[in-house]
Amino acid sequence: MQATVEREKGLITRVIAGENDLFHELIRPYERMVYLAILTMLRNEQEAEDASQEVMINAFRHLKSFRGESKFSTWLVTIAMNEARQRLRKAKAAPVDSLDEGKEDREGDFTPAVLTDWREIPSEALEKKEMRQILRQAVDQLPPIYREVLVLRDLEELNQEETASALGIKVPLVKVRLHRARMMLQKLLAPTLRPAAPTKKGFFGRMFQ
Amino acid sequence: MTLECKNVWEHISGYLDKQLDPKLLTDIEKHLENCEVCSAILDSTRNILVLTADNRIYELPVGYSERLHARLEKAIRETAESRSDST
Repeated sequence: MQATVEREKGLITRVIAGENDLFHELIRPYERMVYLAILTMLRNEQEAEDASQEVMINAFRHLKSFRGESKFSTWLVTIAMNEARQRLRKAKAAPVDSLDEGKEDREGDFTPAVLTDWREIPSEALEKKEMRQILRQAVDQLPPIYREVLVLRDLEELNQEETASALGIKVPLVKVRLHRARMMLQKLLAPTLRPAAPTKKGFFGRMFQ
Repeated sequence: MTLECKNVWEHISGYLDKQLDPKLLTDIEKHLENCEVCSAILDSTRNILVLTADNRIYELPVGYSERLHARLEKAIRETAESRSDST
C-alpha cells in the first residue's frame, strides 16, 4: 500500500516535470474504477466510456493541483463523480435536487424485505447472464444519491472517509445513505432471488431454464 | 434491553461494517439468535452485497483500454504543443 503511494508520487512528479507518457502508467490501475463509478451513475455504456476518457484527460491537465492530501485514486474518483453528476444534471435524467445534500431527510421507506429464511446464493450463480442483469438492474433503480454512495463503498470498496471526500459530503451522511441504499437493494432483490419453496432442482435450475 | 425487529433493521448496515458499539452489538446478537426474520434479513443483505460487488457484474467494454489510451495520447500531445506555443 505504502509502496503504491510512493510509486505514484514518483510518477506524478515526473509527469509534472514533463515526462507526459508516464501518465498512461499512472492511471492504468484505475481504469476500471473510474469507468464503473461513472457507469453506475449514467447507466449508459457509451456515455460512461466517453465520460471516463474526459475524466482521465482532465486529470492529466490538472495533475499539478493534486496535492497528495488524499490518495491519488480518491482524487481521481472525485473527478469521476463530478463528471457523472454534471452529465446527469445536463441530461436531466435525475432531478437536480436529488443530488444536493440534506434533501433526503423526508420520510422514506427504508425497511428491508421481510423473509424468514435465506439460503445463500453461491457466487457461481453469477455465471448466468440473467443473474448479472437482475443485480445490475436493481442497482440502477436506486436514486442517484444512494447509488453513488453504494458504488463507492460496496463496489469500489472505498472507506467512509474517502467516500465522503469524493462526494463532498460528511461521513455521517455517507453512513445514512449507505444504510438506506443497502436496505433498498435488499428489498428489491431478496424477493426476486429467494426460492418460493424448496424443490429438488433448486431455485436457479427453475428460474433460468 | 430487548430490541424490537425494526430497531435491529436500523443497524444492519452498521453491523455489517462492524461499527456498532459493544453494548448495542451484544443486544443485537442476542436478538439475532432468537429471531429468524432478522437473521434472514441480515444474511440476505450480506449475500446480496457480496454478489453485487463481484467483478463479473460490470464488465469493461471490449477495447475500452485501447480507446482510452489512444484518446489520452492525443490530448497529451495537444496539451504539450499548446504549452510549448505559449512559452
